[in-house]
Amino acid sequence: MTNFFNSLGFTGSIAKAAIFAGVSIAVGLGGVVAAQPGQTASAPQTHAPGSPLVLKSVSVELPTSDRTFPEGPGSEEINNNCLACHSAGMVLNQPAMPEAAWASEVHKMVSTYKAPVSDEDAATIIAYLTRLKGAP
Amino acid sequence: MLQQLGGTAAALVSGRAWGEAVTTLPLPGGPGERVLTDAFPQKGRMVLQRTRPPMLETPFEVFDQGVFTPNDRFFVRWHWAVIPTEINVDTYSVAVHGHVNSPLTLSLKQILDLPSVELAAVNQCSGNSRGFFQPRVAGGEWANGAMGNAKWMGVRLKDVLDRAGVKAGAQRVRFAGLDDPVVDSAPKFMKSLDIDHARDGEVMIAYAMNGQQLPLLNGFPLRLIVPGWYSTYWVKMLNSIEVLDGPDENFWTKIAYTIPDTPGANIKPGETGVKMVPINRLVPRSFVTNLRDGDVIHPGVSTAVRGIAFGGSTGVKAVELSTDGGASWKPTDLGADEGKYGFRQWSTSLTAPAGDLTMMVRCTNNDGLAQPATPNWNPSGFMRNVIETTRLGAA
Repeated sequence: MTNFFNSLGFTGSIAKAAIFAGVSIAVGLGGVVAAQPGQTASAPQTHAPGSPLVLKSVSVELPTSDRTFPEGPGSEEINNNCLACHSAGMVLNQPAMPEAAWASEVHKMVSTYKAPVSDEDAATIIAYLTRLKGAP
Repeated sequence: MLQQLGGTAAALVSGRAWGEAVTTLPLPGGPGERVLTDAFPQKGRMVLQRTRPPMLETPFEVFDQGVFTPNDRFFVRWHWAVIPTEINVDTYSVAVHGHVNSPLTLSLKQILDLPSVELAAVNQCSGNSRGFFQPRVAGGEWANGAMGNAKWMGVRLKDVLDRAGVKAGAQRVRFAGLDDPVVDSAPKFMKSLDIDHARDGEVMIAYAMNGQQLPLLNGFPLRLIVPGWYSTYWVKMLNSIEVLDGPDENFWTKIAYTIPDTPGANIKPGETGVKMVPINRLVPRSFVTNLRDGDVIHPGVSTAVRGIAFGGSTGVKAVELSTDGGASWKPTDLGADEGKYGFRQWSTSLTAPAGDLTMMVRCTNNDGLAQPATPNWNPSGFMRNVIETTRLGAA
C-alpha cells in the first residue's frame, strides 16, 4: 500500500485560491424589491438592502491522488482501468462485500458510467476486489 | 493566503508518516480510518473520503460550534471528475431554455440584479451516514458529516423562469452544471424538479453562503437550493435550466437516487420487486454534539448536553432525550429558530448515578414525523434517520 503522502498526490497540489485582479463584479443590493404579494411566511426573506456582496473570479488547483491499489493478482488491471475516472480512496474505504456486490459495482461502472473496460479485465477486477474486500 | 500555504506545507512534513492527521469513523465492520486533509482549496480540515472527484466530510465536532456550518468546513461531494478550476465572473452565464417563450442567457450580473432572497437550509447528502447501514452497502462510506446548514442568499428560481416565460404544458425543470464525466458517453449529471415545485418561490439560485461567495467545491458561483430536499437536487456550478414538456428520462433522476416507495425508504435486505421513486424530502434528525460515545461524566452532578436537530421538510417541533432506552422521553430546550429548514440547537442537562448511561435523542418535526427507533435499510444507503444513541459512563 502506498503511503498517505503519495496517496494524496501532493506534488503540485498545494491549494491555492488566486483571485484574478480586476474582474470582480460589485453587487449592489440596494435596489432589491420588497416581498412579493402572496409570499408566505415560509418563503425566503427578501434580503435587507444595502449589504453589498462582491463576487470575485476564482482560480484554484485541485489535489490529485497517485494512490494505487495494493499489489496482487489483478492490481495492474484495476490500476489501469479504474483510476482514470476516480481515485482509489473510496474503493479502499468500502466494507467487505460479497462477490455479487463487487460484480454489480464493476458492471455499473461499465454499463451505466461507460468505463471502457474489457470483459476480461472486468472479471479480473471483480476477482481482485473480492479477494481484497470479499465477504460471504 | 501566504499563511494558509505555510500551514499546508507544514502539514506535509510533520506527524504520522508523511504528516497526515487521521481520524477513525466508527463504522461497523470498518474500515473507519480516514485522512484528515487540508489540501483542498478554500476548505479547512476535512475528512477525506475520496480525492477525485472530491468527497470531503465535515468533522463532526464542527457541528458543536453553532447552527451554521462554516463554508470552509462544509461537506463536498462531486460525481464526475471534470470540474472547472477557474471561474470568471465576467463571462459566466446561465442558459434558461427548453419549453419557454424566450430562451435566455443570463450573466451573473443579471442574476444578481434580480430581487434577492435569503434563507437558512440544511444541505444533506442522500447517503449521509451510509457507513452505519447494516448490512453494509456500497457507496460513499460517510459517517454523519455529509450535511451542513448555511444561510443561502440568491434569487428565486421562479423569478428566473418567469423572465423566460414557461409555456403551457411544462412538466419538469432540469438543472445541470459545469461538471462533466471523464468519458464523453457517460451520463452528464442533471437533476429535475416538478414544474410546480420549481415555481414555489422557495427553490432558489444561490450566489452566497453564510454571507460569502460559495467555495468553488461547494458550487461557485451559483448553486440550486431546494429547501427541505436532499442535496442531490442542489446542482452546483449551475449553468443550465431546462424546462421540459414531458418526464425527465435522464439517468440521474429516473434511475439513480431512487428509494423504495415505503415509509422511511425501508425494506428488508434482499427484498425485491419494490416500487422505486426519486428521493425527495428530508426527514428529521437530531444529534448530540458535545458528548461522544465512550465519554465519562461525573455521577450525581448536572451535566450539560446539547446538540443540533433539523425537521427536514418542515421545522423542528420538539427534541427529546431518553436515558432509559426509549421508555420515557424528556423535552429539551430549543435554541433560536433561524428558519424552518435549518439546524436548530437543543440543550438540556442530566444527572446520572454512577454506572453506564445510554442517551437517546429524538426529533419530531412540525408535521408530527418523529425519528424511528429502528434503522431503515435500503440497498443505496439513503435516508438514514434512526434515533441516535450515545453510550456514556458516569464515574
